[in-house]
Amino acid sequence: MSAHVHDHERSAAISNRVKRLVSALEKRGVLQETALDRVVEEFLLHATPANGKRVVARAWVDDRFKARLLNDASAAVAEIGIDMSHWSPVKLRAVENTASQHNVIVCTLCSCYPIALLGPSPAWYKSEAYRSRVVRDPRGVLAEFGLELPSQTHVTVWDSTAETRYIVLPQRPPNTEGRPETELAALVTRNGLIGTASV
Amino acid sequence: MTFEPGERVRTRNDNPEGHTRLPAYLRAREGCVVRSLGAFPFPDERSKGNRGAAAVMLYTVRFEGPTVWGAGGEGLAICADLFEPYLEKLS
Repeated sequence: MSAHVHDHERSAAISNRVKRLVSALEKRGVLQETALDRVVEEFLLHATPANGKRVVARAWVDDRFKARLLNDASAAVAEIGIDMSHWSPVKLRAVENTASQHNVIVCTLCSCYPIALLGPSPAWYKSEAYRSRVVRDPRGVLAEFGLELPSQTHVTVWDSTAETRYIVLPQRPPNTEGRPETELAALVTRNGLIGTASV
Repeated sequence: MTFEPGERVRTRNDNPEGHTRLPAYLRAREGCVVRSLGAFPFPDERSKGNRGAAAVMLYTVRFEGPTVWGAGGEGLAICADLFEPYLEKLS
């Protein structure tokens, strides 16, 4: 049986369990019908990779913002109107790629992910293959994503094991001087923010 | 016990029956504290239904690749956020 089929069956089992739990809570009046949908919809309405892209573009054009972002990312993103208060006590941390240092994010224990800044996580991020391999052989995994790192580039893998969520601050692409922030934001990809693409 | 950034630590070699947020691949490994993240309720206790579990300090700890994977880990580092009870001071 392939790993994909195995993941799929397990996720179906979990979905069924959640459905039964929600229905039991509704039956006992702990949860109002549709209340959960409203909360999830409201949250996802504002949870999109556009947020992460905007943060990166601002850091590229404003060195002082970048310094604040690397020091206390939760406070820095609040400055540009991204509200993380629903997330408390979880904190955001941004890690910076440089010419000699590449960063990549994973959650080996489950699938922790900065949904508020990147939207819902891609299926591969939650797969056992990515979670187990990226800490052991990040270069090999990144190469499969089409990102061949120079051999002298050091790789740091950030395993989101607890109360911090991570985003990668990619390097600004060359020949982008003077371009407006909105154009720069459009250059950033979701995978760039996870570290599985260069930008 | 509290730790300061720059301090060397070793993760415990525990394999508890219940929930833990110490990944197995980082058990009994030496690393270096890079950031103190503040105090949070200890998940290993909360998972037992103890909602009043005491808050314990949480740290970002950096492990050099070869410490975790041997020679195959050259050019690699792993950072993980680990609770104080998982850590022992290295003298």
